Amino acid sequence: MSLSAEQVRQVAHLARLEIQPEQVEHYAGQLSRILDVVGQLTQANTEGVTPMAHPLAMVQRLRPDVVTEPNRREDYQAHAPSVQDGLFLVPKVIE
Amino acid sequence: MHTLSLKQLADGLRNKQFSSRELTQHYLKRIETYDPKLNSFITVTPEIALAQADAADARIKAGQAGPLTGIPIAQKDIFCTQGVRTSCASRMLDKFIAPYDATVVTKLHGEGGAVMLGKCNMDEFAMGSSNETSWYGPVKNPWDLTRVPGGSSGGSVAAVAAMLAPVATATDTGGSIRQPAALTNLTGIKPTYGRVSRFGMIAFASSLDQGGVVARSAEDAAVVLQAMSGFDPRDSTSVQREVDDYLRDLNRPIDGLRIGLPKEYFAEGLEPAIRACVEQAVKQFEQLGAKIVEVSLPHAPLSVPTYYVVAPAEASSNLARFDGVRYGHRTESSRTLEELYKKSRGEGFGPEVQRRIMIGTYVLSHGYYDAYYLQAQKVRKLIYEDFRKVFEQCDVILGPTTTDVAFELNSKMDDPVAMYLNDIYTIAANLAGIPAMSLPCGFVGGLPVGMQLMGNFFDEARLLNVAHQYQQAQDWHRRSPKGFE
Repeated sequence: MSLSAEQVRQVAHLARLEIQPEQVEHYAGQLSRILDVVGQLTQANTEGVTPMAHPLAMVQRLRPDVVTEPNRREDYQAHAPSVQDGLFLVPKVIE
Repeated sequence: MHTLSLKQLADGLRNKQFSSRELTQHYLKRIETYDPKLNSFITVTPEIALAQADAADARIKAGQAGPLTGIPIAQKDIFCTQGVRTSCASRMLDKFIAPYDATVVTKLHGEGGAVMLGKCNMDEFAMGSSNETSWYGPVKNPWDLTRVPGGSSGGSVAAVAAMLAPVATATDTGGSIRQPAALTNLTGIKPTYGRVSRFGMIAFASSLDQGGVVARSAEDAAVVLQAMSGFDPRDSTSVQREVDDYLRDLNRPIDGLRIGLPKEYFAEGLEPAIRACVEQAVKQFEQLGAKIVEVSLPHAPLSVPTYYVVAPAEASSNLARFDGVRYGHRTESSRTLEELYKKSRGEGFGPEVQRRIMIGTYVLSHGYYDAYYLQAQKVRKLIYEDFRKVFEQCDVILGPTTTDVAFELNSKMDDPVAMYLNDIYTIAANLAGIPAMSLPCGFVGGLPVGMQLMGNFFDEARLLNVAHQYQQAQDWHRRSPKGFE
């Protein structure tokens, strides 16, 4: 299984990762080699096997729908790159 | 003081041979002296350490000391520590001051009264097997400064092996506790998935990640694991089940214990010298009364391919939270929101993290999901079933932890696949969710060799018992590297 430069650019776009044009070929080679290893999975006979979702056969625990955490909005915004009036600032989205 | 066991340190504190402040100062001094050679800490926290030491001394004086009160511990920099930088060894979180403590941190330093020396270096976001992917530079192996300490918990093991801390926390997603422990002559345990809370432990692959400890003996590891384990309502995958007493059974004889040797773990790829060390350990276990059983884990050879679908898939989802908006690195220049995301992530993540995000994105993308992700989760089930069957024939599984001793710095950085194969023996335990540990079993060319013990679900007490019994009969684990006396 090999990934083309175009596929690498597409995957990077989907993952919202900027990669430098000169790195694309390098990544394509490395990712293709990783996918070659992953390709061994086709050797396994998995007919009728239920995919494993979780290591422990447990049911998702539920908790009462009550507020347990204090409001620490200011603490959590203190390390944001850019905030104003309690809002996270980003570049203009609507023209 | 730095050669003492945790029990001896606790006795020394209680008998007033030394105070926690003195002990803490001793370790801080050692870090200052030796860490420039190793780079095992990202952040040292002397003020916090001394304040916690004074509080511990007051608790000891009042007769309220527990087994860890006043004992210095180093934290892997993946655990959130309120008010202290928590970087996960990434440029993305270089300036991130955690606003809360991980449950592990609360348990050890809050309730437990242990002293935090600082935050240990690691592979970026715990992705790596050599501690070379850290934004803060590689960690050196105290046994040979030209070699890697293993990873991802490379800072934790280097610090403990060089006795810059008595013990350290660590995490293990595919071998990140056991492989570095093996390469530095330490004892490291990854408990059953769900045994140690993941709250505040920065997520890599949520169905595989598990916190644990690296120490200089099974007994020390048992003391710390006891304090770290337990149900946490803040972690939705935390297990609601009482924690066994890990210390109570340490001295139980292992006469009649059934040890399974999986033939796949002794097949091609294992260095003959490593095999010889593990086989020697098998003989010693027989002398201790254990029975050896040949077993087979037929799907174990597919562990690496399975892992490199499941782990990157989960990582690509988990790391989507780093968007340059709410916390973490933000690019200087961006005109649009999309550019802000892309540039912040492109600049904030190193190459290995980017590779894994891309693999994960690819295997989850439309048209590939069934072929990769679903197939991997089916093979994962087969790996799990292999273990279930084998544990009907034996009590613990024994094999090598790694194929070879520590490798040289920069020798595998350009070849991700070669790097991934480091974890060939350790990954299966994460995929199945079972507990596993590594402990020293010899040396090759002056470098440590580790063996791996894997146990059934929630059988940590037995693993620690078996390891402790071996360590009563052998003294590999007592050897320490030259130059750090």
